[in-house]
Amino acid sequence: MNQQVKPILDIKNLTTQVNTEFGAKTLIDNISLSLFPQETLCIAGESGSGKSVTALSVMGLLPPAARITNGALLLNGENLLTYNERQMQRIRGGDIAMIFQEPMTSLNPLMTIGSQLSEAISAHNSLFGSATKQRALELMDAVRLSEGKMRLKQYPHELSGGMRQRVMIAMALVSNPKVLIADEPTTALDVTVQAQILALMNELKADFGTSIILITHDMGVVAEMADRVAVMKDGKVIETSPVDQLFAAPKKQYTQTLLAAVPLLGQKKGQPVILPNAEQPPILSVKDLTVRYDIKGGLLQRATNRVHAVEKVSFNLFKGETFSLVGESGCGKSTIGKSIVNLTSWQGSINIDGQEINGLPTKQMNPIRQKIQLIFQDPGAALNPRMTVGDLVGEPLLIHKIASGSEVEDRVADLFTKVGLSPEMMTRHPHEFSGGQRQRICIARALCLNPKVIIADESLSALDVSVQKQVIELLQQLQDEMNLSYLFISHDMAVVEQISHRVAVMYLGQIVETGTRAQIFENPQHIYTKRLLNAVPIADPTKRHARTLIQNEEIPSPIHDLKYIPQINEYSEISKGHFVATYQN
Amino acid sequence: MIILKKLLKRKLAVFGLIIIFTAIILAIFAPIIAPFSPNEQFFDGLTIEGAPLGPEAGFLLGTDLLGRDLLSRIIHGSRTSLVIGVVANGVAVFIGAFVGIVAGYFRGWIGSVLMRITDLMMAFPALLLAIVLAAIFQPSIWIVAMVIAMVNWVQVARIMYAETISLSEREFIDAERSLGASRIRILFKHITPHLIPSLIVFGTLGISTTVLLEATLSYLGVGVQPPIPSWGNIIFENQTYFATAPWLVAFPGIAIVTLALAFNLVGDALREILDPTMKGRS
Repeated sequence: MNQQVKPILDIKNLTTQVNTEFGAKTLIDNISLSLFPQETLCIAGESGSGKSVTALSVMGLLPPAARITNGALLLNGENLLTYNERQMQRIRGGDIAMIFQEPMTSLNPLMTIGSQLSEAISAHNSLFGSATKQRALELMDAVRLSEGKMRLKQYPHELSGGMRQRVMIAMALVSNPKVLIADEPTTALDVTVQAQILALMNELKADFGTSIILITHDMGVVAEMADRVAVMKDGKVIETSPVDQLFAAPKKQYTQTLLAAVPLLGQKKGQPVILPNAEQPPILSVKDLTVRYDIKGGLLQRATNRVHAVEKVSFNLFKGETFSLVGESGCGKSTIGKSIVNLTSWQGSINIDGQEINGLPTKQMNPIRQKIQLIFQDPGAALNPRMTVGDLVGEPLLIHKIASGSEVEDRVADLFTKVGLSPEMMTRHPHEFSGGQRQRICIARALCLNPKVIIADESLSALDVSVQKQVIELLQQLQDEMNLSYLFISHDMAVVEQISHRVAVMYLGQIVETGTRAQIFENPQHIYTKRLLNAVPIADPTKRHARTLIQNEEIPSPIHDLKYIPQINEYSEISKGHFVATYQN
Repeated sequence: MIILKKLLKRKLAVFGLIIIFTAIILAIFAPIIAPFSPNEQFFDGLTIEGAPLGPEAGFLLGTDLLGRDLLSRIIHGSRTSLVIGVVANGVAVFIGAFVGIVAGYFRGWIGSVLMRITDLMMAFPALLLAIVLAAIFQPSIWIVAMVIAMVNWVQVARIMYAETISLSEREFIDAERSLGASRIRILFKHITPHLIPSLIVFGTLGISTTVLLEATLSYLGVGVQPPIPSWGNIIFENQTYFATAPWLVAFPGIAIVTLALAFNLVGDALREILDPTMKGRS
């Protein structure tokens, strides 16, 4: 970037503090950043690094307890900190617009898209009546929303997540802002939709001449989007570099470790897959698993529609093996995990260590349950906040009456050491731990009963990359030590590639392709697998690829009326163990 | 014991405890502490015109419309008000919690039946119900307490029902189920502890409304039967003199508010002590 050009937004020595009962706490500490015209500046960092606080400080939207204690915010040379609330209101949505992470909560569910958009338009332009409507339609076109006229009459819940984020972007563009701040705009979206939104943002940057500040934790998104990158940690800007330079030669130690922790798609290319124990009978065998829910409605609470969550899914999991189910939200992957531990009702056959569990009464189910344990996505939500972690980890022993008294305590202490926590932490409560530590506690809890299979349902996706890497290493080490089998459920293709022996790709409740890691990642056959792999942002700016397969289409709904008979995929084996659904329609 | 120790560390809670303790002492030793009998009508307790006396040397808080000593009536009234407040509200919270938790946790037809009964009770005018119940049974302080409990449990049940439902859909409950924990274990070990804060709030805040409901019932003649004093019926007996002798309403009113406040302070402190996520905060 040409340094002669005057920055459009200049953040100078900005410090923001928050009042706590223990005195003032510094959230961002003396940071300086410049944003040049037509530039995308990415602010990258892990949770708690102060990325979002920076954005809120610029927008003047800090919560009441927080305030800017030092510094200057220059927008075209004017210091925003000297503005009063009235003047700031004109800036917000005028010169600087912001889009948030969760498009559902940022839209008013009781107003139509059209009226929310018109509201934003008339707040910043002196347009009336049909002119507003005309402008709204133009904006819908600008963000590539099809059937704009109809969309304007719809309510937020009638749109998909990706469409809602498009609407949010349209609202941000209302007054041709000079600066667009996007705070994790694609984190809540599926990877194929994320690719669409990122592509859209790049196009808009060119069309509208907007400068973008993109806040993200995802180094893949950074590599894909940024011109320059600022890396933040503990409220400080560690390093600011052009994107190529940052990835090629990070200056600071922290940036290096951060980049090293990012799982890269294609990292394992060429490495052979050694399948453990494939000749022995499988430890977990799922056959024709089907899960459907009825949606009840009307006066008599009769079933009106049916969700076809999972349709005739079959797979095997062998001893010591990691088998991954990948797919986007709503594809049924989590439902499979829940069915296996009987958290939801299902049809079909699930065979655990040679025993069929369909129709088994609770009493006989309990010993089998011990062989399979589930680790949830959000370790904060999966631990009862009112119990000590020691009690939580030891609880399975009490439930299954395996041990009591000091025996439990010894076993728990042992498990704590095993997952890399100190046994002295046993008396604390879950909220006193960090996210990564909590996930370790969940793992210790799952290991408590010496299980043979662990189902990890998105267990790594709530963690920062550096923590994620440590937990992956822990899981692999435990697999080697205890010959565990993992059923790994994830949407993150890069992580899946890193840890799996075999992979199944799911789409709309069915498996569309399954094979070894190498078969899926190096020789994808099904169109959906290809699209999924293509959409993954790669943390390497030299590989910014032409996204040929990006289509503005979304996954259809799995909800159908009661008469619907799903079409079951048929498979052809293209090489040993590599099955692909014969492509229909 | 640990809880009591922690409670004593909080100034406001200690203040509340002192008030509650004082009220209990007053109630137990009322005949000894009160300067006069609560029902004695003094010849010199009224002015020549027949109006009640204001606070003065002989009658510290003045006299009521029948020339009885107000202080003595308030001290004796603490017996009724404490019993009604604590017992009636306690029973109401207990019934409400039981119905709400069972309906919210087991749902199905049990839940439907229980909640429809609750809705029915809610739709029925509370006062009318209380009057009917009080008319069927011979009014006594215990009957009045039960009548109030029968009316007041409904709100508790509604809230407990909603909270139990939202709790049982939390992920850590799924985690317990996936471990194979029995339903009873989940209910007692993982759901009920989370409901305690709300129950404490009901248990303390409810006391003041209970005392007031008792006053209303007394006023309608189906509550505590005169001449037995209760804080509520002192207010209602004397309300006609409110303009000329405001102390007759003010003093029992202050007594009700102070007791309610004391229970709230203790309740608040208890709620914080019992919540591990509040540890370290003031």
